[in-house]
Amino acid sequence: MSVLTLTVNGAPVAVPAGSSLLEACRAAAAAPPTLCHLEGLSPVGACRLCLVELEGSGRPLAACVSEAAEGMVVRTDTPALRLFRRMAVELFFAEGNHLCAICVANGACELQDAAVAVGMDHSRFPYRHPQRPVDASHPLFSLDHNRCILCTRCIRACDELEGAHVWDVAERGSHCRIVAGLDQQWGEVEACTSCGHCVDACPTGALFHRDDTPGDRHVQRGRAVLLQQARQGHGWRNQGEGPP
Amino acid sequence: MEPGPTRRLRCCDASACRHTGGIALRQALLAARTAAGLAEDALPIQPVGCLRLCGRGPLVAADGPAGSRLWGGVPPHLADRLVAAGAANPVRARKPGPGPLDPQGPDDNLAPFRLDLNHPFFRLQVPVVLERCGLVDPDSLEDALAQGAYAQLRRCVRQLAPESVRAEVRRSGLRGRGGAGYPTGLKWDTVALQPPGPRQVVANGDEGDPGAFMDRTVLESDPHRLLEGLAIAAWAVEALHGTVYVRAEYPLAIARLRRALGQVEARGGFGPAFTGTSWPLRLELRVGAGAYVCGEETALLQSIEGRRGTPRPRPPYPAQRGLGGAPTLINNVETLAAIPAILREGGDWYAGLGTGSPTCAGTKVFSLSGAVLHTGVVEVPLGTPLRTVVETMGGGVVGGLPVKAVQTGGPSGGCIPAQHLDTPLTYEAMAALGSILGSGGMVVLGPATAMPALARFFMAFCVQESCGKCLPCRAGTVQLAALLDRIVAGRAEASDLQRLEELAQMVKATSLCGLGQSAPNPLLSTLRHFRAEYEAACVP
Repeated sequence: MSVLTLTVNGAPVAVPAGSSLLEACRAAAAAPPTLCHLEGLSPVGACRLCLVELEGSGRPLAACVSEAAEGMVVRTDTPALRLFRRMAVELFFAEGNHLCAICVANGACELQDAAVAVGMDHSRFPYRHPQRPVDASHPLFSLDHNRCILCTRCIRACDELEGAHVWDVAERGSHCRIVAGLDQQWGEVEACTSCGHCVDACPTGALFHRDDTPGDRHVQRGRAVLLQQARQGHGWRNQGEGPP
Repeated sequence: MEPGPTRRLRCCDASACRHTGGIALRQALLAARTAAGLAEDALPIQPVGCLRLCGRGPLVAADGPAGSRLWGGVPPHLADRLVAAGAANPVRARKPGPGPLDPQGPDDNLAPFRLDLNHPFFRLQVPVVLERCGLVDPDSLEDALAQGAYAQLRRCVRQLAPESVRAEVRRSGLRGRGGAGYPTGLKWDTVALQPPGPRQVVANGDEGDPGAFMDRTVLESDPHRLLEGLAIAAWAVEALHGTVYVRAEYPLAIARLRRALGQVEARGGFGPAFTGTSWPLRLELRVGAGAYVCGEETALLQSIEGRRGTPRPRPPYPAQRGLGGAPTLINNVETLAAIPAILREGGDWYAGLGTGSPTCAGTKVFSLSGAVLHTGVVEVPLGTPLRTVVETMGGGVVGGLPVKAVQTGGPSGGCIPAQHLDTPLTYEAMAALGSILGSGGMVVLGPATAMPALARFFMAFCVQESCGKCLPCRAGTVQLAALLDRIVAGRAEASDLQRLEELAQMVKATSLCGLGQSAPNPLLSTLRHFRAEYEAACVP
């Protein structure tokens, strides 16, 4: 396997050819925060938190969807990027209804982690307080649209890991929302296998087990990559772990 | 517009003139001709495409041995006069030069409706893309063929290697007319030089900028021209399948394209009938579903494939991986419509039409609207000063008021203030002023327009049209619109203005696609040129 050598924040780093810029940044221990990215799912470059500056490129690039190339000079932590990331996290908090104290994901929330990582302690943008419903029609899981950040990880997990494609996005712009089936109640969607991959993939408390109480959320975020690798390598038997 | 050799009446049958009663007038003309006892071929009354001065419709032109005349807004009860005038065709001598576009003649009842074809609005036009527009019946393949349609396609397929076609396009210096201005020849080469395999060509007719109606004019007036341009592009990049993507809000354009495609199909496609070969190119029409963002090329491809119209990050560019994974050439309608003329007259001829600089070759179609006196479609050489278009041709602001600014490029563009009206219309000069040449929409603003309100209008447009995929565009535009609401309402503080600028820079720098990246442009350009209006709106 051929190897690429890059410079990330001044330090040289080697990664296998075909790696993304995000993987290169992670190899250099300089990983920018991410929200829409989940190891094991296809990248979409939607949350714009992993933007990095590339020497010779006019605008910042989303590291998750950019291929690493030999000799690239990457910066992940410039003043401009810090400002952009902080504003992005502020915008996330302002566009939904994120109330950590009463959220199942409190303490296990990637949005919360991102806020800590970028040093965001309050939003300078006014909260939009959108009116959003909760879908509690599924026997095992629930969907609280108030906490959804439209990362589409649930959509991709369902489509790419389970092959059920229960989830999709409806509407557009700030009216976007995740829909089950043909915009049905989740519990009515026959395609749903109740596998829970979407719940495991959710970075916030939008998708959760019905029984979870505040701060009680238990998810296996590593499951997506485990499944993906097991399928690619036909590794079910050798890993000592049967299919879920 | 060259006068036809025979007597005839040409009635504009494009959208704008239809809205002002063009169909009723044409029917009245047909009835009046019968009433006058004239045979059909004594005075043909033809529906044609756009006659340019949309604001004065319905437009009717009369051709005769002595030249052409034009009337606008003639009520149907005067149809008999128009028929008489068309049959008689006396052409008064007129001094060319500046003067009112509608000089009051002394004589007949039609005088108030007479429009002067020597006025700069018409005289300064250099029709290349629009050369048949207003002369050809958009529903008639025979008429189009008689006026030269598909002659260049035939020449390409029979005589020119794809590389020679591309060389001619490269030599022309043509740049993408959809707004970005990417060199067309380079794009064609990029697609053609991909590894062997199938290729696709796509015409982007998803013209959605407020105040832009250039592509609509082409599609409604001369659909075969676009098909020829697209077919030549397919030949040049060796594609065997092409798609015309048109927004659903252009029903007349869609109907005419559909008919044109049907006419081609009825003759067995582009192979046998048009080129005398077995070339199996197939073209199809796809209609949008009402999303502005589908004008963005990656979203457009998604939409054609039947998916949700959201952009994806580039690279890979569509030229590398597009429809069905095949290298795909996407050109704007106007770009493709320039191709037949470039091949007929040569790339050097086209390059010589501009102002001489290699970066601004050829002509550009602009749609002139807003507070301007003469609303309509103009095609002028690139590099023409903005003032020539807005004041000399457009007649300035209604009521003789001063021009305050010209909005170019729609929601992705900006405002050029009056003191910069002498700027040449080139991609570079417009960008240097914080706007863009854009797709060609030109909205003239009079002194009554408040710039923060204008910026709010465009921001609200982007809020509406954001696909919602990436955060900065989905949530950032909402916050920008809210801040602009405060400014327009006079409730903003100085700190709001600072936040507005910071967020605008963030949305511009970090959005995924061109829509979000350019959404702050109207705001930033009005802040740059009219900052005092924003400051005055803030609470001290």
